[in-house]
Amino acid sequence: MKKIRTPQELEALRNSLLQRRDTNKPCVRVCLGTGCRARGSLDVAKAFANEVKRQGLEIQVERKQTGCHGFCERGPVVVIGPKEIFYQRVKQRDVPEIVSKTLLNGEVVDRLLYANPATGQKVLYEYEVPFYKKQTRLVLANNGTIDPTNILDYIAIRGYQALAKAIKTMSCEEIIDTVEKSGLRGLGGGGFPTGRKWRLCREAPGNIKFVIGNGDEGDPGAFSDRSLMEGNPHSILEGMIIGAYAIGANQGYLYVRAEYPLALKHLQIAIDQAREYGFLGKNIFNSGFDFDIRINRGGGAFVCGESSALVASIEGKMGEPRAKYIHTVERGLWNKPTNLNNVKTWANVPFIINNGADWYGKIGTEKSKGTGIFSLVGKVNNTGLVEIPMGTPLRQVIYDIGGGILGGKKFKAVQTGGPSGGCIPEKLLDLPVDFEKLTEAGSMMGSGGMIVMDEDTCMVDVARYFLDLLMWLDISSTSCRMNLVVNVFLAVKELKECLRL
Amino acid sequence: MEMPEGIPEYSKVDKIIESYSCEKSALIAILQEIENLYGYLPAWALRHVSEKLGVSMIQVYGVASFYDAFHLTPRGKHLIRVCLGTACYLRGSARVLEAFEAELGIKDGETTPDLEFSLQSVRCLGACALAPVMVVGERYFDKMTPTKVHSVLKRVQSRNEKD
Repeated sequence: MKKIRTPQELEALRNSLLQRRDTNKPCVRVCLGTGCRARGSLDVAKAFANEVKRQGLEIQVERKQTGCHGFCERGPVVVIGPKEIFYQRVKQRDVPEIVSKTLLNGEVVDRLLYANPATGQKVLYEYEVPFYKKQTRLVLANNGTIDPTNILDYIAIRGYQALAKAIKTMSCEEIIDTVEKSGLRGLGGGGFPTGRKWRLCREAPGNIKFVIGNGDEGDPGAFSDRSLMEGNPHSILEGMIIGAYAIGANQGYLYVRAEYPLALKHLQIAIDQAREYGFLGKNIFNSGFDFDIRINRGGGAFVCGESSALVASIEGKMGEPRAKYIHTVERGLWNKPTNLNNVKTWANVPFIINNGADWYGKIGTEKSKGTGIFSLVGKVNNTGLVEIPMGTPLRQVIYDIGGGILGGKKFKAVQTGGPSGGCIPEKLLDLPVDFEKLTEAGSMMGSGGMIVMDEDTCMVDVARYFLDLLMWLDISSTSCRMNLVVNVFLAVKELKECLRL
Repeated sequence: MEMPEGIPEYSKVDKIIESYSCEKSALIAILQEIENLYGYLPAWALRHVSEKLGVSMIQVYGVASFYDAFHLTPRGKHLIRVCLGTACYLRGSARVLEAFEAELGIKDGETTPDLEFSLQSVRCLGACALAPVMVVGERYFDKMTPTKVHSVLKRVQSRNEKD
């Protein structure tokens, strides 16, 4: 493969891909995210391959294996294009019927359709399923449509065009200005303004700088990073390359949990393909800018999601956090200026560069821009990944998207922000979800876990559980003991709050 | 603590170390590969890595004992991980763990004397929509209940016999 060296070459490649694509051709997309895999979607995908072959339809029918669609509750999920017919809980034995009826004749297999539990009404298309309909998907928009192991799928949806635009038409200052003006904030939970962080790192003295993508998603109840890394790894890489160019870094690291084997695999494939096409490596887009990314597998220490502990871990040391007054943007990896962002934050960057800061600034609230991605789990009907504009009320997330409480029970609380977050009671159900409001309510954004509890959940037991969890997570190192004391204090406070519920 | 020795296979470990160009910063990655190879980190391998990389034994042992991914004693052929993350806990995973403890006659973190099974609780596998979830090797089992425990163990063992 010839490396892509100019925006024109990239555009030409995209056009040739689009021309070759027949949009009317029947296409079957099987979700192979971790959730659907656990429910047998690999067997379903194999069955489609065999059945299509058996019926001699290899030319007429396109097959695609995608990342997580987000509606894990209903897995294995299969979508039939071009009409986007949505089948759920598909089993191997359903496959021949889907091929004969839907793929060949456009007939619908009624029993595999999603039925709205509230009305009993069947829903035909993916975009009409209430779980998806009420969401605003930006970062997760392409998870269910592209094959994450094929860079051409990403290029066909304008992939790497933001990189071309940034390198070819914008100065480093302009890129940072745009990101700053967009209002993008750290989506790992910290909420620090991304543009400002980039600027601090760019202005820190020294020639050698690093960027890091944090995919060490450790908060129990959160899995949006995993889904993004599995389903659209190139969007993370593209953001990182743009950031590295603006900051002046030539080496990047992706730190990913070892518990996420599929994410590790897909990211490595994406890196190899990006190198092959010249988006990583020497002289990217003939600009003289060199950049490469390496993957580090996490060692299973919760604390390594913290930036200085993560940096120590990449250096091959114990992941012990250091004092907060030393900033990683000044002294990070090997004491060099280092810019660390969550993988979701990086994946937002191409959208901002492509569409502009003003466009991005229109989504969300005054201080929290863009979308928030939440893992909606626990005692709720529709568990899965939810992407909504910042500021969407909790009630809408839990009832309209989540379909309400499991078994028609009564809502008690929703826990957000991971183990150091908090439980939000019923009286605050109309709270708009953004960085500020969650903090005001005594919880926090954290990494986007939203764990719903019903009337049967014992809050005292939950408080004890979190206390226990924090002990377990932090006890591994002496320097964390201090944190533990603080956490125990917080947990006791939480217990008191809970008892008041 | 007393660590089991095992028969040293220096050349295998050398190959791993060399694939990382003997880089000190690759310590964690090297130990991960050794753990994958043996299912734990034999004491001789730790000493060898320390010598070969020029990293003190204190640091090697420190890293090996710090990260949950590493083990200093041999583990069972089948690693059973039961998720005790928040979403799984709320849907009753603690009772699933108890059922495994009762069925296998070992506690969380232990290995059966015949080295067949190791049982380990984990805090979130990132598959919360399947709660309560557990993993054997790389195979996920969703919506677990204590009553399913016996049949899961039977399935794991029968697959093993087929292999």
